[in-house]
Amino acid sequence: MNKFVLKLYITGDTPRTERAIANLRRVCDHELRGQYELVIIDVLENPQMAEDERIMVTPTLIREMPPPRRRIIGDLTDTAKVLLGLNFDPHVDHLDARND
Amino acid sequence: MTLNERQYHIEKLETGIPGFDHISNGGLPKGRTTLVSGSAGSAKTVLAVQFLAEGIKKADERGVFVTFEESPVDIRRNMLGFGWDIAQWEKEQRWVFVDASRQPGEPPLFIGDDFDLGPLIIRIEHAVHKIGAQRVSMDSLGAIFNQLPSSAVVRNGLFQIASALRSMGVTAVMTAERTEEYGEIARYGVEEFVADNVVILRNVLEEEKRRRTVEILKFRGVMHQKGEFPFTVIPNQGIVVIPLSAIELKQRSSDVRIKSGIEDLDTMCGGGFFRDSVILVSGATGTGKTLMATSFMAEGTRSGERCLLFAFEESRDQLFRNATGWGIDFDRMEHDGTLRVVCNYPEVAGLEDQLFTMKSEIDQFKPNRVAIDSLSALERVSTMRGFREFVIGLTSFIKHKEIAGLYTATTPTLLGGTSITEAHISTITDSIILLRYVEIYGEMHRGLTVLKMRGSMHDKDIREFSIDGEGMHIGRPFRGISGIMSGQFTYVASSEKDRIQSLFAEGNES
Repeated sequence: MNKFVLKLYITGDTPRTERAIANLRRVCDHELRGQYELVIIDVLENPQMAEDERIMVTPTLIREMPPPRRRIIGDLTDTAKVLLGLNFDPHVDHLDARND
Repeated sequence: MTLNERQYHIEKLETGIPGFDHISNGGLPKGRTTLVSGSAGSAKTVLAVQFLAEGIKKADERGVFVTFEESPVDIRRNMLGFGWDIAQWEKEQRWVFVDASRQPGEPPLFIGDDFDLGPLIIRIEHAVHKIGAQRVSMDSLGAIFNQLPSSAVVRNGLFQIASALRSMGVTAVMTAERTEEYGEIARYGVEEFVADNVVILRNVLEEEKRRRTVEILKFRGVMHQKGEFPFTVIPNQGIVVIPLSAIELKQRSSDVRIKSGIEDLDTMCGGGFFRDSVILVSGATGTGKTLMATSFMAEGTRSGERCLLFAFEESRDQLFRNATGWGIDFDRMEHDGTLRVVCNYPEVAGLEDQLFTMKSEIDQFKPNRVAIDSLSALERVSTMRGFREFVIGLTSFIKHKEIAGLYTATTPTLLGGTSITEAHISTITDSIILLRYVEIYGEMHRGLTVLKMRGSMHDKDIREFSIDGEGMHIGRPFRGISGIMSGQFTYVASSEKDRIQSLFAEGNES
């Protein structure tokens, strides 16, 4: 399985956090067609993870897989930019191509 | 609560940085954040690291180091030269890094400026709680502005960090960049409002010489010393501040007399120099200054005292040969451990470093007498202000330790004249001895006078002296000649002199 593995770092339950999560879910469901794994990490509860990952600001989205790792910072409102950041081209069927 | 009471309640935290606690009247305000601002190369990072290192070494206080610029790997390596083994402290849970330095690889993609520095604040809090830190250093703020596209977010974040630090009760140091030595406090113009206290580090080019200074610009609600104080950065030690104007003149003064090594001179000084006095010997080249320093040392070792000689003009071999020529065996004295001779060229180090080296030599050897031959050589490598600060710093140091000091200074002209050295330090010294050439009808003689002898009567004559294989011999006063000190000699016929003397029969001939 060649899924997108994504991690979203957030700080607490704030409007900004909610917005980022909603935006990300929309992108994932519509564009990645369910072929993804998303982990949401609240820095307030896991400060050591933030330290290990050297997270400075939130929201920070990390594309763990496929490599190389990439970071996107912001509330992810702009879907086109998020896809660009994930290096995902909606016109190419990434996942199928990789499965060949 | 009145204003005064509130001031009273701000405690200070001793930083442990040598000299800094003196100029800050006891350290940094406890539980508060101090901004340390400086241009490139002004030793900001060293200060930030040293603040934690001294806490660990001297007070068993733990520290969190937040780095925005250099990676922890680099910091660990760069600071080893100061003797700070950060990796070891990390193992012992006395030091924790919060690594916010720029990561290698592709930079993150920013979409909009709707983000916050929440994780950074949480990581700092987490690190502080994890080891129970009392001190936090953040180096440097400018680098966060470079990493993030929105300065509004950074400003906001800095305020939050400052208030988080305050509520944790830690004492913190934040560094920030300045673009010019005398201008705005820090580049982004916000840092100073985040901190209650501002310290400025400077690295100024002055007459082709670099001069490092530290200034406490403000300590909200607490007292501190004002103005710039020189400091130096030393291997195995770090920053050492030289608190010159903060030095108090509180040394005791002694009535005990010590011998100069030249009997006649002791007589002229009313029985010898005082135990804890500083004597300046000024004269043109070849008048016998080195001889006076040498005799001063030799006499000390003869009476069982420890003597330390700093020589900046001649090599060891030259000095030892000269001494032998006057019947003094420096080799044997060094072998006995009563004498130590330190020779170096003043050009090898800045005056601040020189002062530090000399102080540590004195601390190690614990001498009763110190001689410096010559101060003028040190003056060459410094600015006037730097030199004056050096002399004050050294003098107060040796007086504090109740050591007798003898400095020599070279006058630029052969006849008469004063040296700049003299002009600068004559008020600091207790006694001044002038050595001068005297021309008498086309022949050069040497003359000596005791110009000043604080707290004692002394001989006011200008006496002729000679130098031979046993040292210096002081003879009779010059008669029939005046203007020796100015170098503008006039000769008075002896009959005229006798006539004047009979008019004012003072009878002070000795």
